[in-house]
Amino acid sequence: MQDHKTEAINALPLLKDRPVRELVVVSGKGGTGKTSLVASLAATSTETVLADCDVDAADLHLVMHPSTYQTESFSGGNRAVIQSERCTGCGKCEELCRFDAISWSGPGNGRAAITLEVDPIACEGCGVCMHFCEAKAIDFKPAVNGRWFLSETRCGPMVHAELGIAEENSGKLVSLIRKEATELAKRKGYDKVLIDGSPGVGCPVIASITGADLALIVTEPTLSGMHDVERVFALTHHFQTPTVLCVNKWDLNPAITQEIEAVAERQGVRSIGRIRYDRAVTDAQIQKMSIVEHQEFGVAKDVRDICEKVWEML
Amino acid sequence: MRIAIASGKGGTGKTTIASSLAYVAAKQGKSVAYLDCDVEEPNGHIFLKPTIEHIVDISKRIPLIDESLCVHCGRCAEICQFGAIACMPQRTLVFSESCHSCGGCELVCKVGAVKETKRRIGELRIGRSGDIEFVDGTLDIGEAMSPPAIRAVRETQLEADLQFLDAPPGTSCPAVETVRGCDLTVLVTEPTPFGLNDLKLAVEMIRVLDVPFGVVINRSDLGDDGVVRYCELQGIPVWAEIKDDRRIAEAYSRGDLIVDVVPEFAQVMERLLCKITKQKQ
Repeated sequence: MQDHKTEAINALPLLKDRPVRELVVVSGKGGTGKTSLVASLAATSTETVLADCDVDAADLHLVMHPSTYQTESFSGGNRAVIQSERCTGCGKCEELCRFDAISWSGPGNGRAAITLEVDPIACEGCGVCMHFCEAKAIDFKPAVNGRWFLSETRCGPMVHAELGIAEENSGKLVSLIRKEATELAKRKGYDKVLIDGSPGVGCPVIASITGADLALIVTEPTLSGMHDVERVFALTHHFQTPTVLCVNKWDLNPAITQEIEAVAERQGVRSIGRIRYDRAVTDAQIQKMSIVEHQEFGVAKDVRDICEKVWEML
Repeated sequence: MRIAIASGKGGTGKTTIASSLAYVAAKQGKSVAYLDCDVEEPNGHIFLKPTIEHIVDISKRIPLIDESLCVHCGRCAEICQFGAIACMPQRTLVFSESCHSCGGCELVCKVGAVKETKRRIGELRIGRSGDIEFVDGTLDIGEAMSPPAIRAVRETQLEADLQFLDAPPGTSCPAVETVRGCDLTVLVTEPTPFGLNDLKLAVEMIRVLDVPFGVVINRSDLGDDGVVRYCELQGIPVWAEIKDDRRIAEAYSRGDLIVDVVPEFAQVMERLLCKITKQKQ
């Protein structure tokens, strides 16, 4: 008895500190079904925190309809603002700005007939103009680039965000969402984080896959899908993220499906399933459900099999 | 005239429409260029099958530290807002992936130890597809920042009167970099909840950039009527609707130009082109 009790107590801190494993879903090409698959993965898992890292065009909330209990603002960096009343119109800032963000379009004041102005969209927040402004006329303060949220959904807690319109720093926001999701999982004693990634291979994708435990790539059997997925293989290889593949709408072109799977195998990427083309997937989306919640057979069976395999691997 | 083909959501048909418009316009004898600004995943070449005449490195400027001159004062690391320079007592390190090429470090260095050098981040290809001038950019794998590569594509000197820019998906820097300064934007969407949500984001972005735009609804008979109702309510013109068609999906999967395979689609593109060129007047 004594021994059992000691064992149980010893196990407690371990349980609390059990590592959180991160699964990230990416695609290279957009519109191949990442978010739909993530919704099904969420519905087939327990003790998982959802993280929508497609901050550029976040859609997961449309299927998960989260109820948000905490909202925070996000600042990815500073932005320059010229105070026209202090501007002497010397033009040094315009000369130094590498981003064509400064123009002679500010109002005149006592000293200058025309002053300079920063285009907030073009400004990358480097601060060079502020540093070299002799009149100290440039403010350089944190820009609010977006908001992020902590929410509850029927499939567990969710961390998600809204990047401001035409904002940058999406990579930083992705890193923040991942960090918050992992911390939330630890607080809850959960052991999994499920990340909905973004298309492409650039900054937000790099931020969502580096250090993840498993990447699931979902692609489609088109030459574009194949071209793009090869670049994602190279990316996950570059960052040494273990990777598996599934082909969505595989029956649209069985020959290209086979070809993609063969390419994957040569790259050491295991194919873990195929999903047939079925309009029921769109119907499920319209009814704000994942396909595995919407129905049991057909395409839902394809998806469920993949989900089970992935969760087992993680 | 520069026309961007953009969308919030990926996979809605940007490349299909941009390449088809270029093809249809060239067939009508117009002077046309196609510029693939989706440098993370450029696909236009699959459909237009261009003959590439020039390949040029795309590079960005990064600082190079001359350790023999560096006094490790830390000014360069301090001005860098992107964490691209770390100054240590014995060495100053540059993390070039994070560098935005603002030039601040070179400007603040008192001893002339910082000199800018070029670092390759991708590749620019220039060629022709029949009568279409063709340009695309490809970001090297592992490089995070696409805007400098998009800029390289945009700044390529071309002769064509009508230039179609195939934008990357999303609504942040890469999409902004493509759409900014264009004369017109075609927003491609699909009539699903995801399509509608991302269309709204794209519309907000374009309004901030102050570029005139209209919408094309792809696979218009799928999904629901949310997109149509939104466009009506907002007074946004719907320039074309393309019905879901398995022939289109299959031609796309093989990398065929759809206007050659599906005549109804070719007609829709001709009408769309007509509407676009009319906007100019």
